[in-house]
Amino acid sequence: MVDFTEEQIYRYSRHIILPEVGGTGQRKLLEARVLCLGAGGLGSPSLLYLAAAGVGNIGILDFDVVDMSNLQRQVIHNTDRIGMPKTESAKEFINKLNPDVNVTMINEKLDASNVLGIFGDYDIIIDGSDNFPTRYLVNDACVMLNKVNVHGSIFRFDGQVTVFKPKQGPCYRCLYPEPPPPGMVPSCQEAGVLGVLAGTIGTLQVVEAVKQILDIGEPLVGKLLMYNALKTEFRKLNIRRDSNCPMCGDNPTITELIDYEQFCGISA
Amino acid sequence: MATVKIRIPTPLQKITGGAGEIEGEGNDIKDVIDNLESKYSGFKERLYDEEGKLRRFINIYVNEEDIRFLDGENTRLNDGDDISVIPAIAGGAC
Repeated sequence: MVDFTEEQIYRYSRHIILPEVGGTGQRKLLEARVLCLGAGGLGSPSLLYLAAAGVGNIGILDFDVVDMSNLQRQVIHNTDRIGMPKTESAKEFINKLNPDVNVTMINEKLDASNVLGIFGDYDIIIDGSDNFPTRYLVNDACVMLNKVNVHGSIFRFDGQVTVFKPKQGPCYRCLYPEPPPPGMVPSCQEAGVLGVLAGTIGTLQVVEAVKQILDIGEPLVGKLLMYNALKTEFRKLNIRRDSNCPMCGDNPTITELIDYEQFCGISA
Repeated sequence: MATVKIRIPTPLQKITGGAGEIEGEGNDIKDVIDNLESKYSGFKERLYDEEGKLRRFINIYVNEEDIRFLDGENTRLNDGDDISVIPAIAGGAC
């Protein structure tokens, strides 16, 4: 065994006995550096399973505080922590679950001025953010820094998951070159979301992140996984790198980060 | 003329009277959309911008492939093809 304590061997025994993980894989997990964007609907289940799996270095970026209306789906927070910054609440949860995890709290709003500095410390970015300006900023920064972006999004009863891996597959702009204009797309604050759907999609994001860390299986690169909870239907669509993509295409036109006007789906 | 299935995403279901799946007819994508407009008024406006181009935050798939990597709106259709309209969604932490 590669430098595990006895307690660790026992804690991770169900991983270690898997030939695809083993001691070597568990060591990779303990050494991995993963950043969760948002400790909300998607971030909560992501953080829960990353921590349980023994992903050793987890960054949590969120500038919000826990609200009663979050608790329908944001399962790492609780009623006693209403009003507490989500990063702190998440850290408390993770520390109790698994002392092996080093948690870094980033109580900031992501923008063009700080994104590269923050992402630089991590191997994998799990994007559970809730708005288009952030989605595009995250995409562009990941392409620039060559970071894996595990993307998940939810709306009402629908969820989407994919892995954007620079140079090996498309980026978000290959799929959607520009964000929709404000007001064209409803937000889930306006439209609602089935709480447990966040759990389904957030945990699928962790499955993909863990596969990336362990380098096993077939990654969800170049595939968009669509889940419809009402129909109990999973579909995988092909997504391709667009040679005309403004970010990762042959002649990229976007060479610096853009702060799109902050908007949500609710018409101003 | 091919008869195809069109999957309508939640945000556009207001136009189809709440239907998530509708039937359409046409030789290619453009045809199908034109035919749908006569049945569901306002459908086209949601898919196309003022210049008559498909909106860039909406993708259309025939079976598992994005029409941008097939023949765009001229992509020929066969009976039973499965067409999906897939808009970008951003929800997560909200």
